[in-house]
Amino acid sequence: MQTQSFTQRFANPTRFMAFSGALMPWLAGLSVLVIAYALYRGFTAPPDYQQGKTIYIMYIHVPAAWLGMMGYALIAASSFGLLVFRHPLADVSAKTAAPIGAAFTLLALITGSLWGKPMWGTYWVWDARLTSVLILFFLYLGLIALRSSIEDEPLAAKLTAVLALVGVIILPFIKISVEGLDIPSLGISIPAWNTLHQPSSVFRSDGPKIHISQLVPLLISAIGFTLLFFTMHLKAMRNEILRRRVKSLRLAEVDRARASETTVAAE
Amino acid sequence: MDFGPHATFIIAAYAAVIIVLGGLIVWLIFDGFHQRRLLNELEARGVRRRSAQRVSRGRLDHE
Amino acid sequence: MRAAWTLLKRDLQLAVREGGAIGTALGFYLLVVAMLPLGLGPDLNLLSRIAPGILWIALLLAALLSLSRIFETDFEDGSLELMALGELPLELVAAIKALAHWLTTGIPLALLAPLLGILLNLDIGAYGVLVLTMLVGTPAISFLGSIGAALTLRARRGGLLLALLVLPLYVPTLIYGITAISSALVAPDAFVPSLLILTALSLGSLVLGPIAAAAALRIQMQ
Repeated sequence: MQTQSFTQRFANPTRFMAFSGALMPWLAGLSVLVIAYALYRGFTAPPDYQQGKTIYIMYIHVPAAWLGMMGYALIAASSFGLLVFRHPLADVSAKTAAPIGAAFTLLALITGSLWGKPMWGTYWVWDARLTSVLILFFLYLGLIALRSSIEDEPLAAKLTAVLALVGVIILPFIKISVEGLDIPSLGISIPAWNTLHQPSSVFRSDGPKIHISQLVPLLISAIGFTLLFFTMHLKAMRNEILRRRVKSLRLAEVDRARASETTVAAE
Repeated sequence: MDFGPHATFIIAAYAAVIIVLGGLIVWLIFDGFHQRRLLNELEARGVRRRSAQRVSRGRLDHE
Repeated sequence: MRAAWTLLKRDLQLAVREGGAIGTALGFYLLVVAMLPLGLGPDLNLLSRIAPGILWIALLLAALLSLSRIFETDFEDGSLELMALGELPLELVAAIKALAHWLTTGIPLALLAPLLGILLNLDIGAYGVLVLTMLVGTPAISFLGSIGAALTLRARRGGLLLALLVLPLYVPTLIYGITAISSALVAPDAFVPSLLILTALSLGSLVLGPIAAAAALRIQMQ
C-alpha cells in the first residue's frame, strides 16, 4: 500500500471528494492573491518604451496562451490514463478540462487581438503564433463536439480520449508547420508559414527583449492563473463526480421501481 | 488609474478575462450547488448508492 | 497477404460499383473551384496567384465528403466485426480501407486538379508540380481522415462533426502542399524540402491513421 502513487491514491472518488473539498478554498484564495499581487506589480512597473501601457495586456495574454496549451496537455495525459490505466477519475479530468482549456485559449485569442489593434493596426493578423493558437482552439472544439454527440458516456469518453491523443501527436507538427522551426545545432531550419506569404514587416517576431521589471510580474501572473486553472478544474471535477452519482442513483431508482412493479404484477 | 492612449483596448482585454473566466466560475459554483441538491433530494427519497444497496438487499445489481 | 489483397479488391469493387461516390466527389471539386471566381471576381492575376490554395482547399473539402463511407457500411452491416475476428489485425484492415479510399478518391481528385487549374489561370509550369504534390499529400487526407471516420461512427450529426474533427489535423499537409507549389513557381530549389516534408507527413499518417482508427473501432465493437 505504501507504493501507491499519487494518482492511484485518488482512484477512489470518495477519497478524492474529501481531499479536493478540503483543498478547494485554499487553492481559490491563493490564486486570487497571487493574481492580484502580479497585477499590482505589473501596473506599478514602468511602462514599456515601445508598447506603452498596452504591455498590461501581456500579463493576461501570455498566461492564457500558456494555459490553453497546458490544458490540452492535461487532457492528453488524462486520456492516456483512461485508455492505458483505466483510471476511474481520468475521464472526469479529461472531460472537465476541455471547456476550461478552451476558455483560456479563447481568451488568448481575444486579448491577443485587442493587443494587436494598437500595435499592428488591425484586430487580426495571420501571425504564426496567433494562428497556431486558433488551431488549438479548433482542436478543443473538436473534443467538445465529439463528446457531446455520443450519447453513451463511457463510449464517448474513450473515443474522445483517442481523439485527444491523436491531437497531441499532431499538435507539434501543426505548430512547426505554422510557426517554423529553427535548430541551428542540428542544421534544421524550417521557415514559418506566413513568412512565405506576406512580408514580415507587419510584425517583428524577435521583438524587443522583455525587461526584468515586466518579466517578474508576468511570471507571477502565470503562476496565479495556473493556480486559478487548477482551482476551476478541481471544482469542475467535483461537480462532474456529483453529476455521475446523481445519474447512477436515478438509474437505480428506475430499476427499483421496475422491480417492484413486476413483483406487484406477479402477486 | 491612467492607461494611456490605448486605454479602451487594455480595459476591454481585462473585461474579456473577467467575463469569460467569471462566467465560467459562476457557472461552476451554481452547478455545484445544483448537483449537490439533486443528490440530497435523491438520498432523502431513500435511493442509495449501488454499493450500499447491494449489502442491504442482498442481490447484485446488473451492471 | 492474400487476405489483405482480397480485402483491398473487395473495397475497390464496392467503391466502383457504388460509382456515384467517386463521381460526386469529382463533381463537388469542379463546382467549388468554379464557384470561387464567381465570388472573387474574374481577375486572372488574382486567381492564378491563389490557385494553389484554392485547388488544395477544395480538394480537402471534396475528400471530406467521402470520408465517412470508409467504415460506415461495413460497420452497419456487421462485416467489420467479422473482419475484426478474422486473420488480419484490425490495424491492417483500417489501413487497407484508408488505402482504398485514397485510390478511389485521392488519386482521381489529384488527377482532376490540373484541369481545374486551367479555370484558375494557374501558371503552366506548375501543373506537374501540382499533380506531384497532390499525389504525395493526399494519402495523409485518407489516412488521417480514417481516424475521424472511425471516431464518428456512432455519433449524431456524423458528417459535419467529421469535418470539424479532421480539418485541423490537415493543417500541416495543407501548408506544405501549398508551399511546395508556390515555391516551385518562384524558386525551384525551395520545392524539394517542402515535398520531402509533405512525404514525411504522409508516411507518418500511414502509421498514425490505422493505429488510431483501429483503436476507435475496437472501442465501439466491444
